[in-house]
Amino acid sequence: MTQRGPFLFIVALLLLAGIATALFRHSEYRVPYTPGTAQAVWQVEARIEFDADGGRSQVVLTLPPEQSDFRIISESTASAGYGYTTEQGTGQRLARWSKLDARGEQTLFYTIEAIADPGYEVPQTKPKAIPDIVWEEPYRTAADTVLNAVLPQTADGYTLARQLLQRMNTVPLDQNMSLLLQKWPLPRLLPRMLQTAGYNARTVAALDLEDQRRRQSLRELVQVWDDTNWRLIDPEDEERNNSENLLLWQTGQPGVLEVIGGSDSKVLFSMISQNRPSLSLVDEGNNSPLVSLYSLPVAEQSMFKLIMLLPVGAFVVVFMRILVGFRTSGTFMPVLIALSFLQTELLPGLVSFLLVVAVGLVIRSYLSALNLLLVARIATLVIVVIGIISVFSILSYQLGLIGGLTISFFPMIILAWTIERMSILWEEDGPKEVLIQGGGSLFVAVIAYLLMTQPLIEHLAFNFPELHLCLLALILLLGRYTGYRLTELTRFTGMPH
Amino acid sequence: MTTSDPTSAASATKKDSRFDWISPRQLKKLGMLGMNCRNVRYISRYNERRLYPLVDDKLQTKLLAAKHSVAVPELIHVVSTPHEVESAYEKLQELDKFVVKPANGSGGKGILVIVGRDDNGLIRSSGESVSWEELKRHMSNVVSGLFSLGGRTDQAIVEDLVLIDPVFENVSYKGVPDIRLILFQGYPVMGMLRLATQSSDGKANLHQGAIGVGLDIRTGRSIAAVQHNELITEHPDTGNRLDELEVPNWHQLLRLASSCYEMTGLGYLGADIVLDRARGPLLLELNARPGLTIQVTNQAGLKPRLENIEALESYHPTVEERIDYAIEQFAHAPRRTQPDLFT
Repeated sequence: MTQRGPFLFIVALLLLAGIATALFRHSEYRVPYTPGTAQAVWQVEARIEFDADGGRSQVVLTLPPEQSDFRIISESTASAGYGYTTEQGTGQRLARWSKLDARGEQTLFYTIEAIADPGYEVPQTKPKAIPDIVWEEPYRTAADTVLNAVLPQTADGYTLARQLLQRMNTVPLDQNMSLLLQKWPLPRLLPRMLQTAGYNARTVAALDLEDQRRRQSLRELVQVWDDTNWRLIDPEDEERNNSENLLLWQTGQPGVLEVIGGSDSKVLFSMISQNRPSLSLVDEGNNSPLVSLYSLPVAEQSMFKLIMLLPVGAFVVVFMRILVGFRTSGTFMPVLIALSFLQTELLPGLVSFLLVVAVGLVIRSYLSALNLLLVARIATLVIVVIGIISVFSILSYQLGLIGGLTISFFPMIILAWTIERMSILWEEDGPKEVLIQGGGSLFVAVIAYLLMTQPLIEHLAFNFPELHLCLLALILLLGRYTGYRLTELTRFTGMPH
Repeated sequence: MTTSDPTSAASATKKDSRFDWISPRQLKKLGMLGMNCRNVRYISRYNERRLYPLVDDKLQTKLLAAKHSVAVPELIHVVSTPHEVESAYEKLQELDKFVVKPANGSGGKGILVIVGRDDNGLIRSSGESVSWEELKRHMSNVVSGLFSLGGRTDQAIVEDLVLIDPVFENVSYKGVPDIRLILFQGYPVMGMLRLATQSSDGKANLHQGAIGVGLDIRTGRSIAAVQHNELITEHPDTGNRLDELEVPNWHQLLRLASSCYEMTGLGYLGADIVLDRARGPLLLELNARPGLTIQVTNQAGLKPRLENIEALESYHPTVEERIDYAIEQFAHAPRRTQPDLFT
C-alpha cells in the first residue's frame, strides 16, 4: 500500500490540473461554462459602388484594425470578376480589388463579423512623433488666441481636447473659433489644434453600430494619446467615453476608399446583430496548442459526446456502491443501461427493458432445464433477445406506438448477460435477491441517466474533458474510503445502541 | 422460553420502529468493521491475490490441508472430466453415505448429500430418493461447470459425509451446522456458529436466512443469535433456545482453525469448521473474504481486535501461543460465566 502523502499529492495534482485547464480554456479560448450561452455577433457589410471608366480599374478599401472591445472573427468578400488581395498598408490593412476591363456600375462587397466583447484588449503602440503643423494667417493668430486662453486651464491632452470641444460647441461661437471652423470641419480641426499644443491626436473614421441599419456612412471622431491609450472624443456626444457600439474602421491616413479607373465612388455600410451560441465562436480547433476534441470530424465529435458521459456514470456507480452500499448485478451494467436510456428516453426505456428481461427470464428458465454449456447458453439468449426485440418492435409499430421502436437501441449482448445473471441469481439466492440487485441496478442506472441528461453536465463533460481529471481524483479518493456505507447504518442495528 | 422473556420483548419492540438505524459515530465507538474498511485495510493489505486459488478451489484447500495434517472430511474421489464419471460410479457402489460437491461452487450450490440406500438407489438428506443415473448426471453437470462461477469447467469432489454432532441436533433444521472463525495473522479473533433453518433451505448461509450465533472465543459459548440481521433468542423452526449453546472440543477447534494461517499464508481469513460425531472438528472450507455479520452475533466490533494484533511488536510463533493470546485479549465479558465458578 502506498503512502498517504504521495497519494493525496497525486489527487490534489489531478484536481488542480483539471480545474486549471478548464479555467485556462475558458479565458483563453472562450469555451463557455454553461450550455446555451449566446453572444452578439455584428455582421457589417461594406458596399462599394462606382462607375467604371471601361479600362483597368482598381479599388482599395481600408480595412478595420484590430481593436479593443471587438473581436473580428471572420472577413469575406463578394466581387464578381475581380481579383482580390489584402495587404499591409502604412498602419492599416488594405483590401485591393482589380479588374482589367470593367465598365458601367460596379458593386463590391466586403463583410466582417465581430463579437462585441468588452473585456477584449488590443495592445496599442506609441504613435510617431507629432508632425509639424503649418497654419496660415489669419488662422495662426486665431488658433494661438484660442489655445492661449484654454491652455492654462488644462493638465493634459485629453482635458485640453474637452475644453476645446466645449468651446467649439458653445453657441454663440467666439469669432476665432468660428473662423477656424469655417476652414476645417470639427473632427479635423480638433487634432490640428491639439498637435499644435504638443499633444498627439488624430482623426479616425468609425461606424455606429445599430441593428439592421442600412446604407450608413463612416463618421469622423477624434482620438487623443494619453501616454498609454488612444482616448476617444466624440464631437457629437461629449458624454461619450467608451467605444461601445462603435467600430473603428480607419485610424491612419484619412480616406477609406480609393478608386482608380472609376468615378462616383462611395462606400456604404449595412449591419445586423445576431445572437449566436458561444460554442460556435470558440476559436480553439486548429490553432490551439492543446489537443482539442473540436478538431475531430463532426461525426466523431458526436460519438465523443456520448463517450465523455461514461465517466459520469462510472462515478455514480462508484458512489452508490462504496458510499451508499447498493448492490447491483454486474458492476458497470447500470452505466450501459443508462447509456441505452439516453437513446430511448427514460420511460419507454424502462418499460421495454423490464419487458425484455422478464420474457427473457421465462425463456431462460426453460434453457436451464436443457443443461447447456455457458457459451452456448449466452449465444442462445442473444438470439432470443433479438427475437423478443423484433417482436416487440413489430407489435408496437402495428399498435401505433412509435416509442416502442427505440427498444432496438438496447445493446443485445448486455441484455443477454443481464438475463443470464438474473436467472442464476434467481436459482441461487431466490427471487428476493433478484429484486434487490435488479432494482438496485435499475435505480443506479436511472440516477446515472438523470445526471447524464443534465444539460450542464452534458456540456461540461464534452467541452471541458479535462474536468474528468477531477472526477478521476474523486474516484481515487473514494477508492481509499474506509468509512461506513449508508446501508451499514441499518445493517448493524442488532448492535447495542 | 416464555413470552415474558425480557430480551424477546425488547426485540419485539425494536421490530415496531421500522426505520431503525445506528449512527456512524456509534458504529465507530463499537469498533464495527465496515465493508470498505475490510476491503481496503485488511483484505487488500493482508491477502495476496496469488493465494486466493488456495481457498477458492475446495479441492486445492483439501489437498493443502492433508499436506499440513489439518483434519478434513475424507476425500473419496475426484471427477475432473466427463468420462471419469463412470469410474467414480464403480467406486461409489461400495458406499452408502457421501457428499458430492463442486470444487469451485459458491453459496452451497450443487452439493448433493447422500445419507443411505433404498430399492431405487440412494436417499438424499432431504429424504428424496435419487437414482444412480441421476447421480451420474449430477456429477457430469458439476464437471461441465453448471455450478461454478462464470461457468468454467469444474471438478466434482466426493467426500465422506459429516455426521452431525448430537449437541446440535435440536438447533439445526436439516443440514450440518458449521463454525466460522475469523483468523487474523493466525490469531482466532472472532467465532460464530451457523445453523441452517427452513428458510435457508438447510444451508448454513446467513444471506439465505441461516442463523448466526456468536461464540465466546474463550469458551465456545453462545453470546447472541442473529437471523436476517436481527437479534433472536430461539430457533424459528425447532423453538429451542439459542443462548445456552456451547460448542464442544472448542480448544481443538481453535487449534485446527489457527493452523490454517501457516497453511495458506492468508492474513485475513475465515475458516469454516464442522464437528463430526466421530472425528471431532474438521476443516470444511476457507474464505478469503469473510462476512461482517459475525460482529452482530458477537455483539462486538472486529476493529479493536484487529488493531490489537496489528499493534503487536512481534507475532507469536506457535498456534498455541496465538490461541492463548487471543483468549486472554478477546474473551467475552464474563457476565454469564460467573455462577459457573461456584458449581
